[in-house]
Amino acid sequence: MSAKLPKLPIYLDHAATTACDPRVVEAMLPYFTEKFGNPGSRNHSFGWAAEEAVTKARHQVAELIGADPKEIIFTSGATESNNLAIKGAANMYAKKPAGQTQRGHIISVSHEHKAVLDPCKRLEKEGFEVTLIDPQSDGTVTREMIETVIRDDTILVTVMWANNEIGTFNEIPEIGALCHEKGIIFHTDATQWVGKMPTNVKEDNVDLLSLSGHKLYGPKGVGALYVRRRRPRVRLMALQEGGGQERGFRSGTLNVTGIVGLGKACELCAADMDSERQRLLNLRNKLEAAITNALDVVQINGHPDKRLAHLTNISFGFVEGESLMMALKEIAMSSGSACTSASLEPSYVLKALGIGDDLAHSSLRISMGRWTTEEEIDYAAEKIIEAVNKLRDLSPLYDMHNEGIDITKIEWAAH
Amino acid sequence: MAYSEKVIEHYEKPRNVGTFGTQKEIKEATNIGVGLVGAPECGDVMQLQIKVNDDTGLIEDAKFKCFGCGSAIASSSLATEWLKGKTLDEGMEIKNTEIVEELALPPVKIHCSVLAEDAIKSAIADYKQKNNKD
Ligand SMILES: Cc1ncc(COP(=O)(O)O)c(C=O)c1O
Ligand code: FES
Repeated sequence: MSAKLPKLPIYLDHAATTACDPRVVEAMLPYFTEKFGNPGSRNHSFGWAAEEAVTKARHQVAELIGADPKEIIFTSGATESNNLAIKGAANMYAKKPAGQTQRGHIISVSHEHKAVLDPCKRLEKEGFEVTLIDPQSDGTVTREMIETVIRDDTILVTVMWANNEIGTFNEIPEIGALCHEKGIIFHTDATQWVGKMPTNVKEDNVDLLSLSGHKLYGPKGVGALYVRRRRPRVRLMALQEGGGQERGFRSGTLNVTGIVGLGKACELCAADMDSERQRLLNLRNKLEAAITNALDVVQINGHPDKRLAHLTNISFGFVEGESLMMALKEIAMSSGSACTSASLEPSYVLKALGIGDDLAHSSLRISMGRWTTEEEIDYAAEKIIEAVNKLRDLSPLYDMHNEGIDITKIEWAAH
Repeated sequence: MAYSEKVIEHYEKPRNVGTFGTQKEIKEATNIGVGLVGAPECGDVMQLQIKVNDDTGLIEDAKFKCFGCGSAIASSSLATEWLKGKTLDEGMEIKNTEIVEELALPPVKIHCSVLAEDAIKSAIADYKQKNNKD
């Protein structure tokens, strides 16, 4: 049985980035040309028009996450939001001034995005202490896990809402409640979560939340940081100083077109979030069922239920990821894999989950989106199965497995 | 990663895929030499087998299996082609640099060719050891 041939190539890498929705582009266009004003220009209509557009966008973003519009700071994306939140909070709540040690304790997780890990590393060099915990083997992080590492001098906890490689999500409301009990600032990198899952920063006890436009059908290079204003009122040390825009948290003339696009994108995500999630979940179930029915030694990574509906991360035993991608050139996906000898590194996220080397080298991350069709998923499933079978015919490890040899017991000459 | 046409060609139609028997049978066959190099945790394992004609001393057949990237698959496929009809000494002469050149491998993929050279050497050594030659 051959699936109906969809238009190629197929894009199944929405966790990396999404196309801008045409309605988003349409909303942005006037702000490049006739409505080009600087929202900081307070004394003419060009400025007022831009200001009005930014205000509208601020409402749209706030609405999506249950915030007050005053609590939204526009940035250049999640990387900047994370940096501003983590470095800004650490420096503001530091126990000792710059140049000293023991300035405060920060907690994060080893499978966070580099845009969280690297700012934490920087702070470590600047006199803060950082504890990185490992997620559970299903990829999740619980309140209890954070509770056991909190210290008297803990000033900041940062835990991502949903992981970008495996899609699993963490006990954010519970961890937030814990932090509030202890008077610790709580940040979450919600780049992969927002727009896909219902979010309410008030009820979910979040103090600081990062999001990005290009993961939710908005433009690249724009994002936002939610900064809680009440109980507690969170203060931050700005990274970027100048004209005092965004209440001084983030100076620089606002990216009006990008902000308008982000606002529109948020509004569109809110409009059909539940039905879209269900649609994608059905597609994912179909994809996973097709693959697991056709192939043995396949592992779906992460928690079975506590994960984003549009994303799956699958390890195929005895097949190497890069060669698998090569067989699937017509399907754009990510491979959390490849040989350690080349410049390509195996996934630190899968390693943090304690996934064995044999499986960590052979995983695909497949992430669907707004325009993914059932034909595309049927086609992808068929091609993936075909490619894995082809590569297993080539794989000495699969032979050994079938002969009952345990490959972990062989003395390999690692190089 | 952009691959050369030759890598793609070998990857799509690999030559001489297979083995001359189960791991156990291969171990016992004195006319067969096996090279098993690499490691699963490194993301590459190459298995190369040569069948040697006891009378002529020529490698009359070669087979491979490979767990690795496209370049590793192409390198081992090419190695089996080159080995056929060669003497053991000639086989020992095959250099990874020749594989790199033939397949136009980029620098990050040089180690894939090294792996193929190692597999050749270790298959020949295995045959010699089984037959108490040098
Ligand atoms: C979890 C997570 N955090 C941060 C980022 C970085 O976002 P941006 O590209 O907007 O800086 C990404 C996207 O790659 C992500 O997935
Ligand atoms: S086998 Fe390591 S990159 Fe080719």
